[in-house]
Amino acid sequence: MVALSDRSGELARAALAPASRSGRLSRAIVAMLGVLVLGGIAAYGYQLVNGLGVTGLNDDVFWGLYEVDIVTLIGFSYGGALVSAILRLTGASWRGPITRIAEATALTTLVVGAVFPIIHLGHPERVWRVATALQINSPITWDMLAIITYLIATVILFGLPVVADMGRLRGEPGLPGWKQRLFARGSFGWVGAEEQQRVLNRSLTALAIVIIPLAVMVHTVLAYAFSLTSRPGWHSTIFGPYFVVAAIYSGVAVVIIVSAAYRRAYHLERWIPERAVINLGYLMAALGVLYGYLLFTEVTTEGYVGGEASEKLLYALLLDRWSLLFWVFVVGGLVVPLTIIAFKRTRTTTGVTVAACLVAGALLLKRFLMFVPPLTQPLISGDIGAYTPSWVELMVTVAAIAAIPLLLIALFKVIPVLSVTEIEEIAVSRGEAI
Amino acid sequence: MTENAQSNGGPSGHVGIGLFDRATTVVPAQDIRCPLPDPASREISRRQFLHTIGAAGALVALKASGVQRILASEDLDAIAAGTLDIATDHQWVMVFDLRRCDGCRDCIKGCQKEHFLPKEVEWIKVYDLVDAQGLEYSMPVLCMECENAPCVRVCPARATYYQPDGVIVVDQSICIGCRMCMAACPYDVRVFNWDRQPQPPVPPEHRGTRPEFTAPQRKGTVGKCAMCVHRLRLGEFPACVEACTMDAIYVGDLVEDVMSNGKETFMLSQYLRANDAFRYRAELGTAPRVYYVAGHGQDLDF
Repeated sequence: MVALSDRSGELARAALAPASRSGRLSRAIVAMLGVLVLGGIAAYGYQLVNGLGVTGLNDDVFWGLYEVDIVTLIGFSYGGALVSAILRLTGASWRGPITRIAEATALTTLVVGAVFPIIHLGHPERVWRVATALQINSPITWDMLAIITYLIATVILFGLPVVADMGRLRGEPGLPGWKQRLFARGSFGWVGAEEQQRVLNRSLTALAIVIIPLAVMVHTVLAYAFSLTSRPGWHSTIFGPYFVVAAIYSGVAVVIIVSAAYRRAYHLERWIPERAVINLGYLMAALGVLYGYLLFTEVTTEGYVGGEASEKLLYALLLDRWSLLFWVFVVGGLVVPLTIIAFKRTRTTTGVTVAACLVAGALLLKRFLMFVPPLTQPLISGDIGAYTPSWVELMVTVAAIAAIPLLLIALFKVIPVLSVTEIEEIAVSRGEAI
Repeated sequence: MTENAQSNGGPSGHVGIGLFDRATTVVPAQDIRCPLPDPASREISRRQFLHTIGAAGALVALKASGVQRILASEDLDAIAAGTLDIATDHQWVMVFDLRRCDGCRDCIKGCQKEHFLPKEVEWIKVYDLVDAQGLEYSMPVLCMECENAPCVRVCPARATYYQPDGVIVVDQSICIGCRMCMAACPYDVRVFNWDRQPQPPVPPEHRGTRPEFTAPQRKGTVGKCAMCVHRLRLGEFPACVEACTMDAIYVGDLVEDVMSNGKETFMLSQYLRANDAFRYRAELGTAPRVYYVAGHGQDLDF
């Protein structure tokens, strides 16, 4: 019993490690991320004053990097939510150290991603009209409804287990006074009683069941903004599932990256075992195979009997103007990551993390290839359209990507990085020492 | 061009008559190319057909969703018979005679002058195309004023909508600038006001803030052709019709069954039938209100 409480004390200290230590390196990282985010905010201010004319967009390519950001970032979020939900529903015992990081990733990427539907507007100050007009025929309305609903669900999914952890950790020695008060208030009287545990688990199960179709819906209606038009390359029944799978694939990759980063930075190897990272790698690999299959079937179906327009588009994508980027995606986003995970020698925490970084970056590129090339093909006739993101779009995008680690760092300054109660509960149910 | 209060709705029953009165030559029916089929001689009209099926109950669901509704532009019989089931005085359409268009782009210039648009903003575009025989021809494309418009359906702010005379307008004081309508439009006729180049100055007396005539165009919103409905209501021809030196552009009215380019006037339904007029990409179900007459051997089935 003494040994157990010792180990459990270590777990609590590990979970709170990111909150207490603040070395020179971490301060430097925060400062750098902060500068990038401020730069993006300044760039957006410049866009607000001067209008969307400061982007690289034009009447041919009227949607570009901002739409890529919407879909990519909200896609990242799906991975986190789904990893947590599916692992809970299936009772995977290795989920313990992953769920908090997965849920926090889901929340932060979604918060950042949800800003972009407003950033991309010509008149962001009028966005409230979507609510008052309530044009239920419009995919944009569906997007807004779905994103807001999903955001609420993600906040609850993240918050519920935090309540338990706050109750569990509020008496932890070494907690600063304000955090003790915060934890006491945030725990809503959690003492870890059996009844409380039962209610929490039931709520989490219900939420996990709700959030899976909800996230499928979000990504499907995001796809509908493209596929419910008559544009070649967009108008495709595969787009809904395509977006969903791309989202989970890239989202699991981001969960791997965040887990590996915290594991390394705060020496959490004992609590986030290599097995958990590698299992996430397997999950990512399975989704990669699925995504590769969808890509193959899209190209084959369109290319074999597609009309003139889709033929031209596919030619430009596979062999001509966009071919370099396309094959970079195929190799960097599918072949290399899957190979890394396939071989035992490379299937390590480092290997899986490298694969995950490749996947996350490649899926951003893939969204670009899904949205922009179809717009450069003229609908009627005329010149091929062109689009190069402007410095404003690039700075805003970089800021969004920098904002995710910054938000995570801020979040884990307060919230324990490991779900202490869940890890303990799993250990107890398996009859192990913690 | 000048706007007055009467142009904005009101009892305008005589405006259209005035418009077509100004046309100088009325071409006699025998000059229209080929003999007309007698609508009454058809065994079963489409409307009857749909009624029959509707009565059988098979289309109850479709009827409820409005699919069964016969779109005005698709019912040449009703136009010819003057029984169009529409309670407005005018339902504007346009007709392009591609046999006459020489691709000079005067229509573009006339449009830009009328709406004070910068040079790179084209509400009417002219495409140089090649027909099945390899011959070049030009095709002007402007807003098709679809009766089943994808752009109207997707607008999350309801900033773009049908006016009673069938013209689709954008209220630029409401438009949030999401560009979903540009994605939805199969004809690529909507343009965004990026405002990269300065707009030509608009004299105060020509400024407009109404959805059917906004000058100068508002930055960060979507603009498009509205068939110069602000001019039609004053009894004037659209700017592109007036600018066309080849007399290739006609404006017409489904209710009065008449069309004119300012010099010649035809009975709309007769002319469309006799000249095998087609509507661009009508197979998408958009029910466009712009008709084309081919004559260079183009494929009608674009």
